[in-house]
Amino acid sequence: MEEVKEQTSHMPRIGEPAPIFEAVTTHGVLKLEDFKGSWLVLFSHPADFTPVCTTEFIAFSEIHPELQKRGVELLGLSVDSVSSHIAWARNVEEKTGVKIPFPIIADLNKEVSLAYGMIHPGQSKTETVRCVFIIDPNQVIRTILYYPLTTGRNMDEILRIIDALQTTDKNAVATPANWRPGDKVVVPPPNTQEMAEERLKQGYECTDWYLCKKKL
Amino acid sequence: MACISPDGKPTESGTKMLRALQAGVGSPEEIAKEAGLPLFRVRSGLRELAEAGLASQKGDKYELSPKGGEVLGASST
Repeated sequence: MEEVKEQTSHMPRIGEPAPIFEAVTTHGVLKLEDFKGSWLVLFSHPADFTPVCTTEFIAFSEIHPELQKRGVELLGLSVDSVSSHIAWARNVEEKTGVKIPFPIIADLNKEVSLAYGMIHPGQSKTETVRCVFIIDPNQVIRTILYYPLTTGRNMDEILRIIDALQTTDKNAVATPANWRPGDKVVVPPPNTQEMAEERLKQGYECTDWYLCKKKL
Repeated sequence: MACISPDGKPTESGTKMLRALQAGVGSPEEIAKEAGLPLFRVRSGLRELAEAGLASQKGDKYELSPKGGEVLGASST
């Protein structure tokens, strides 16, 4: 019971600084600060040489060029050894032709997994669930996604969230449900009655004073 | 070790970083550009090269150490 409590004691939250780490990876020892200035997608998978994880690694590798265009680095993690990660990455390349271009943390002592709340004992006491942490260039956590062991992640959604975050940061707007790049964005709601009245005269597409959209 | 092999020789990426240092490129950002490597790899690699005595850090920049010069010379012969 104590072990379960320890493994669930820290859950990072959106808007907080990402927990710092120094970890052994397939690209050498990396620290969180090595990624400063870039966006970072830190994701965990349950285990090497497992079917759903293999499909995910292929999919992450396939979106890697799109992420690079957006200034985003990828960093995988599981509670496996570097040797296991290397063997698995080589096996994926040999069997599918897909080269894994990003580093993978070998978190055998679970230091990073526990700092990021990646182990959910209700799913597994030893493996990490499918977490995605989107961390901005200032190393603040901007999005957290958790998927169960049995559900592979949706790469389109990860790209969509990054596009949305970068768009909102750049333009001080918000994005509506199912937003895609090129769609209209939501103008922040007014804070005063005067601003609400002015808002309706500003040429936005308004459903009412609190819901106005515009083209970027 | 990503930049230095177990036999003590620099790896391909380690050699690229040492060559950039030899050319007088000193900041991690410039080295990443010169060597065509991701910035996170360069930051980590420079730390490793400095720990091995092949580079030295001066503020935000790095320089090739005499030992780094020797290793680079040996690896290109």
